[in-house]
Amino acid sequence: MSRQTLVYLAGLVLLLVAPLLFYPVLVMKVLCFALFACAFNLLLGFTGLLSFGHAAFLGSAAYATGFAMTHWAVTPELGLIFGVAVSATLGAVFGAIAIRRQGIYFAMITLALAQMVFFFYLQAPFTGGEDGLQGVPRGKLFGIVPLAEDWAMYYFVAAVFVFGFWLIRRIIGSPFGQVLKAIRENEARALSLGYEVDRYKLLAFVLSAAIAGLAGSTKTLVLGFATLTDVHWATSGEVVLMTLVGGVGTVVGPVIGALVIVVLQNELADKAGPWVTVIMGTIFVACVLAFRRGIVGEIAARWPGKAGAPKQEHGPGH
Amino acid sequence: MKRTYLAAAAVMMLAAGSALAQGKISGEVVKIGVLTDMSGLYSDIGGQGSVLAAQMAVEDFGGKVKGRKIEVVAADHQNKADVASSKVRQWIDREGVDMLTDALNSAVALATARLVAEKKRVFIDTGAASTRLTNEECTPYTIHHTYDTFALANGTGKAVVAHGGDSWFFLTADYAFGHSLEKDTAEVVKASGGKVLGAVRHPLSASDFSSFLLQAQASKAKIIGLANAGGDTINSIKSANEFGLTRRQTLAGLLVFITDIHSLGLNATQGMYVTEGWYWNLNDETRKWSRRYFDRMKKMPSSNQAGVYSAVTMFLKAVDGAGTDDADAVMAWLRRNPQSDMFGKNMKLREDGRLLHEMYLFQVKKPGESNGPWDYYHVRQTIPADQAFQPLSASKCTLVKKK
Repeated sequence: MSRQTLVYLAGLVLLLVAPLLFYPVLVMKVLCFALFACAFNLLLGFTGLLSFGHAAFLGSAAYATGFAMTHWAVTPELGLIFGVAVSATLGAVFGAIAIRRQGIYFAMITLALAQMVFFFYLQAPFTGGEDGLQGVPRGKLFGIVPLAEDWAMYYFVAAVFVFGFWLIRRIIGSPFGQVLKAIRENEARALSLGYEVDRYKLLAFVLSAAIAGLAGSTKTLVLGFATLTDVHWATSGEVVLMTLVGGVGTVVGPVIGALVIVVLQNELADKAGPWVTVIMGTIFVACVLAFRRGIVGEIAARWPGKAGAPKQEHGPGH
Repeated sequence: MKRTYLAAAAVMMLAAGSALAQGKISGEVVKIGVLTDMSGLYSDIGGQGSVLAAQMAVEDFGGKVKGRKIEVVAADHQNKADVASSKVRQWIDREGVDMLTDALNSAVALATARLVAEKKRVFIDTGAASTRLTNEECTPYTIHHTYDTFALANGTGKAVVAHGGDSWFFLTADYAFGHSLEKDTAEVVKASGGKVLGAVRHPLSASDFSSFLLQAQASKAKIIGLANAGGDTINSIKSANEFGLTRRQTLAGLLVFITDIHSLGLNATQGMYVTEGWYWNLNDETRKWSRRYFDRMKKMPSSNQAGVYSAVTMFLKAVDGAGTDDADAVMAWLRRNPQSDMFGKNMKLREDGRLLHEMYLFQVKKPGESNGPWDYYHVRQTIPADQAFQPLSASKCTLVKKK
């Protein structure tokens, strides 16, 4: 067994016993943000596109699921599918506009579009403005399993996370993923080899938006509300922070990054008082200055795997 | 060693179990959770000051209720409902928190209200202004203390018209909160015999108010109602001064706190009308308490911080009176027994969760009239408790029995 497989197995075991060791609602929140960061990393780490508007996908799916659950009283899995569909559609629109430009222009276009989405939700009557869309029921999965119990909800969220994580790994490992990496390394070369770069980028964008939406929808189910925080630009910034802290372009990095940030936010909430934002800022600066590869990136670079993972700056590939 | 621990744990669990069975105090301590904003835009009216106010309430109560220690825990919700929600769940499920207060942010407050209804804990909101807490989202365990948007609109609208400000123009933040504040105030103004000459909407977090203020100036209305909050209010007051608007027209802040006046200074704010539920310089009792607070915080308390003190005090009295920290019993006791403390006298708890107390219309002093920092308000009118809030007949709360 390769080291990689061992790591995944250990992760899976930890995932299964986590609610016994830690507070389940917190673990669920970590998983949602981890999935969100993984989706973001698919774009930044593997395609080389820095989107600064990912909160729009997280938030849109969160609102869509919340709306479907409260107004149409659908079952949670249908709510999730609706949320993902909304964010994927939005991703297609964003992507079609944004991929025409590169670098900082790309980031600015996604930010501008996300701000438009923010103001839409601020004004739209169904979101409740700054009060948020409150009181979303967890419902019964497939109409049978009641998710109101924390443990049932937990294993559902864990399953969603494992599916999303597997999907991203599958995408990265596929020939499609290889082309994405080629685009990241040298776009002109990929183009000259005959790949329709824009199509690949658009598809990567839509996939990333859809998985970010999955994370947002799941979060709404767990916590029972969707608020403006989800679509606020600060959330787009937070996901960049999570990915950088964990390690850009590594498969596991964003998960670790999300874990660190969410747990810090939660733990510092009653210990650090007014210092939370300062501490977060310091971590970000320290990451950018001292270990640019992030936590997982640094570990992978210092202790390169013997069997499975080839020596590579960007995490385990194939 | 290990065995001793196990035995101790078993004994404690038994003790906790039997305490629950008898409906007495659950757990070894009675815990108060102050859910607040430590670093964001509400940290001045809440934050560390709210924590101190809660601690003072505990100290004044003697530190113990029914022989159990009282403990205050605090958390910074960072104005994020999801941070607040997971913290509150953890507090209730894992740490045995019995009562929550402060909140400050309406999304946080509404999420907390849902949670306490599910988990049966007492939530006394002092900081969040949304009237949804006592209408669509009311619960048997939520109490709305200190103020709400209706009371602010109602107090300022009615009283300003009565003081001769009979023509209004609104400067409104263009989102749900601003719209509802404008609508509520406009209705009150019209009902009191005033006129509304118009309104202009500005985007949330606007940086340039010049064009909006010129429209306000051109309207020739006597009163410019500021239906916005936080940074938008501060910026609009500053620009109104720069434009010389305040020489002919008077500003009426619909959501302004004494801390805003303190940071803007009297030069910029003089003559403004403000409605609040409390002011440190109302009477001997408020002055005495505020001095004690000032000695420790080096700032005078806001109405919200005084509200936290009052909220914690009434919760502890109810635990003492009911002999249990069971939320149903505590709430029932509070409904039966009107409360008096330095915040207000004979405050009754209504079935929709609204706590009825007096509200005050203040006018900001001129720099020459003030005796120094924090001496900012003339009391222009005391609004009686039964007129200050939304009448029960208009409530959308399902707990209100329709007659």
